[in-house]
Amino acid sequence: MTEHKLDATLDASAIASPWSGGGSPYAIGSKKLGMWLFIISDALTFTALLMTYSYSRLANPEWPRSVFPIWPAIAFSTTMTVVLLGSSLTMVMAVAAANRNDRKASVKWLIATMVGGLAFVGLHLTEWRHLIEEGATLWKNPWGTPLFGATFFGITGLHMTHVMIGVIYMGVIAGGFGRGKFTSEDVEVSGLYWHFVDLVWMFVFPMIYLMSVKY
Amino acid sequence: MTAHAASHDEPHHGGTTSLFLIVWFSLVGITLFEVFLAYMHLPAVTMLLLLIGLSMVKAGLIMAYFMHLRFERLSLVLLLIPALLFCIGMMTAIFPDSLRLLHLRVGG
Repeated sequence: MTEHKLDATLDASAIASPWSGGGSPYAIGSKKLGMWLFIISDALTFTALLMTYSYSRLANPEWPRSVFPIWPAIAFSTTMTVVLLGSSLTMVMAVAAANRNDRKASVKWLIATMVGGLAFVGLHLTEWRHLIEEGATLWKNPWGTPLFGATFFGITGLHMTHVMIGVIYMGVIAGGFGRGKFTSEDVEVSGLYWHFVDLVWMFVFPMIYLMSVKY
Repeated sequence: MTAHAASHDEPHHGGTTSLFLIVWFSLVGITLFEVFLAYMHLPAVTMLLLLIGLSMVKAGLIMAYFMHLRFERLSLVLLLIPALLFCIGMMTAIFPDSLRLLHLRVGG
């Protein structure tokens, strides 16, 4: 079974009896399985960071609990969330186009997704600048315990790094898929990564921003 | 154009453009509701539980539809999700300690 190279498109018999050998019991290619396993481990990295953040906040009476005003911080972060969700939708379109082998449309949707990712990074850096101008750094901030700056920039920074890596990754995939070098499975696997980056933000946004609104 | 294209989707890949749009609008709707909750000045614990609950619904929608998990074999879901939830559950064991720290503080 291990010598058998699994194709992106499994034949019907392999799906019918996965335990007879020759196929993957998960009925997906090894690239997709690899990406899923990476996603689960990366999800645990982000969980650990968010848990650390919550632990520190709970244990610290000096933790800043009202940091982000509705304007600009919450308005910016809400826009960022919608932009990232929008880029997930264009990614779904890119994968759907790739699956019907419409390479031109797939590349167009991938570029649209990259534009969404770049818009997210641009908005996020602007939002960071607002906070930095107010005096927040990794080591100190005007609102309370210095640890807040380290955890805030650490978590949002790691997420932004994921977004930037995603944009580069999609650029490589779009180029290769457009030239016929990559298969639709490669587009689908990059889609899994992008949706995961979106999914992580769905926890970072409420737990960091919405839990610390300044009224 | 996209609606026409979706009709060519093979059943293996699952989901039509209209289904993905419904999921997307639900995700945006939940996000806006979360922002609305931020205006309500709710107690921190209520707010946290509501936000975590809503975020888990969003994560479920993204994994099930955008990441195609609903259209994959059950064995893949069983490989990935229970282990993830178990590990996350194990991490929550640190929280009684953070409350203990809070009460250990002088004048805390």
